[in-house]
Amino acid sequence: MAAKNILIVGVGGQGTILIGKLLSSGFMQAGYDVKMSEIHGMSQRGGSVFTMVRYGDKVCCPVIEEGSADLLVAFERLEAMRSLSYLKPEGTALVNDLRIDPAGVLSQQLDYPSNIVEAISHAVSAIIVPATQMAKDLGNERVMNVILLGIIVKHMGLEAIDWNEIIAQNVRASFVDIDIAALNLGLSYIAE
Amino acid sequence: MKKLLTGDEALALGAIDAGVSYASAYPGTPSTEILETLATMPDAIYAEWAVNEKVALESAIGASYAGVRSLASMKHVGLNVAADPFFTNAYTGINGGLVIINADEPGMHSSQNEQDNRYYAYHANVPMFEPANSQECYDMMLTAYELSETYDVPVLIRVTTRVCHSKSIVEPREAREKSFSPFEKNPNKYVTVPAVSRNLKHNLIQRNEKLITYSNASAYNFAVHNSKQLGIVASSICYEYAQEVFGESASYYKTGFSYPMPIEKIKEFAASVEKLIVLEENEPIMETQIKAAGINVTGKEIFPLEGELLPDAIRKAYFGEKLPSPKYPTDGIVPRPPSLCAGCPHRGLFTVLGKRKKLFLSGDIGCYTLGYSPPFNGMDAVTCMGASISSAHGAQKVFDEHPETGMRAVAIIGDSTFFHSGMTGLLNIAYNKSKVITIVLDNRITGMTGHQDNPGTGYNAQGESAPVADIAKIAHAIGIEHVRTINPNILDEVSSALDWAIALDEPSVIITRWPCVLKSLTSDDLNEFANVVSEPCSVDIESCNGCKLCLAVGCPSLSFDADTKKSKILDGCVGCTVCMQVCPTSSIVKGRE
Repeated sequence: MAAKNILIVGVGGQGTILIGKLLSSGFMQAGYDVKMSEIHGMSQRGGSVFTMVRYGDKVCCPVIEEGSADLLVAFERLEAMRSLSYLKPEGTALVNDLRIDPAGVLSQQLDYPSNIVEAISHAVSAIIVPATQMAKDLGNERVMNVILLGIIVKHMGLEAIDWNEIIAQNVRASFVDIDIAALNLGLSYIAE
Repeated sequence: MKKLLTGDEALALGAIDAGVSYASAYPGTPSTEILETLATMPDAIYAEWAVNEKVALESAIGASYAGVRSLASMKHVGLNVAADPFFTNAYTGINGGLVIINADEPGMHSSQNEQDNRYYAYHANVPMFEPANSQECYDMMLTAYELSETYDVPVLIRVTTRVCHSKSIVEPREAREKSFSPFEKNPNKYVTVPAVSRNLKHNLIQRNEKLITYSNASAYNFAVHNSKQLGIVASSICYEYAQEVFGESASYYKTGFSYPMPIEKIKEFAASVEKLIVLEENEPIMETQIKAAGINVTGKEIFPLEGELLPDAIRKAYFGEKLPSPKYPTDGIVPRPPSLCAGCPHRGLFTVLGKRKKLFLSGDIGCYTLGYSPPFNGMDAVTCMGASISSAHGAQKVFDEHPETGMRAVAIIGDSTFFHSGMTGLLNIAYNKSKVITIVLDNRITGMTGHQDNPGTGYNAQGESAPVADIAKIAHAIGIEHVRTINPNILDEVSSALDWAIALDEPSVIITRWPCVLKSLTSDDLNEFANVVSEPCSVDIESCNGCKLCLAVGCPSLSFDADTKKSKILDGCVGCTVCMQVCPTSSIVKGRE
């Protein structure tokens, strides 16, 4: 199988790295070659963050080129827009319908773009999900990322991997139950 | 068993399986996690946070002389700090194997410069490995220690941010037993007086000849023959990037052991292809060597000298185009730079400091460097770790000569940075008598690199209790008479401390003591910092007049509602009250509405 590329973007602190870690652990246990890249450091402080996950029979390098992602997963709308050029023209954007204002918008110097969902849906095949609201309804806003993981698994046809087990191995014990519930919510989000 | 590891984790595992007994480091992105990982394995290795990189390397040299395999790791600018022992250790060599891991930052994701430290290998005649992925990180650690002991030489492992922070699969090998070769007196090897060093220099030149032979024979330097039309010489992760872009349409020569260069092997490879290019991030180091060997090669004529040489950059430089991607409007995509967290104790300081006139604000390296940016504008210059204090001293001497400027120099430095290299600058201020105001931002942890303990926190790398270095006492002992400790969240306290310091005609130190909002608080923290965990603020929308003055504290949990024309507190507020204190109508209050 040729390498598949998943780019996960968001705002520092949203939990992109955990999803990258869960995905790559699952891919390794399924016998794929897998490489994952992230940049952390100063960007943690509320800046844009990127996690790249690649899997297949053989993966050359850990980074995803512009125009080569099969799936863009954005934890925030503006970040989806920022990284849309990383998608293949026929790729899919999975977008959490959440707005987080960057500093320039908070201080009224800049405007948050108003038409992001429309622009993305016009440019590529898009799945827009109210994942943060779904996570709040489930009882913890922070499991938004695992809801998106469920949708990724479904969209990429990865149900054969035991994600419950992967979650149990990688998250704090007190989070396992709610994370598995979030995963299931994501799995059932898009229709068969 | 296969493991999925970052480069940093693989380097740490390599150290364990190579039988390393002693490791020392100072935190620095992207190298921090190497020692962090080792510190979680106290049964396997002794690992410690040093106060700076020079101390880390010198300690590792001592451990090597005393008979065990030792390790020092650091980010690229850390090797500048450690350059002094690095150069001379290349003369003396080692007893137990010694490896220095240096993490470069092409792209400057979290650094002040992009220096290419491969030059250090050339400059100091220290052999160098450049792993491309986590498996090579692991393997090369094992080989590097063998090389170190066979050739009596410290060995440099040069990684980059992408290698450190990328995960790939590692198959570990059998771990080696730790060894111990007791120190034997040998001044002609270890005591670098001129008469000894002249001999050592001679030996070093001879050693390098042997290392050239080693390089040409190393299994880490190899050719992959595909097409004869194009040959690519690449080191580090550029080899993987090249494969991504060119696949089997090119042949490759991969240099995993890259100093000294395997130039004979590269000559053979060059002869086997019609066209040769060299892919290396930043400086044309291999390119210069290849050209000096009389080989025709294309490098920096087309490839950039700056940033990461990602597949995108290689493709654009070589083919002149990028891959097709979706078309969409990109105007209006506003930037999202990093910012001080809600509840960051630096906010109160910069809210006051940035508004003061006639101050030269000499800054330093840490989260607080973000104080330079709007709305704070609270930093005028940043060079390197420790420079805030020394540069403020030089500036103050000039301001004294030019009183017509009315300027006063202020140094702004974090707690860990103060211990790293600020203390010496402060001693220089006391000794040479300049009236610099030094502000030590003591947030009780090394914040920027992800919360490592330091001599001020009371804990060591393993989380065991350690003596607390008292910054106020250090300042007094150094000769600074005027020292004040304040709570930076209380703006009046910040303001009056500044007034006090400015009125003095002598040097002073202001310590802003409040824990990083992200810190896991210790019982001591909870006792000392009353109300550190407190209820968030809210806006009384009846009295808020929409003046927006509160927005000038640059808080990510404070916004302005364009519809109601009132300020709004968002999730994430921890109730630091800085915005409350700047509100002219007292419309921000503690507690949720």
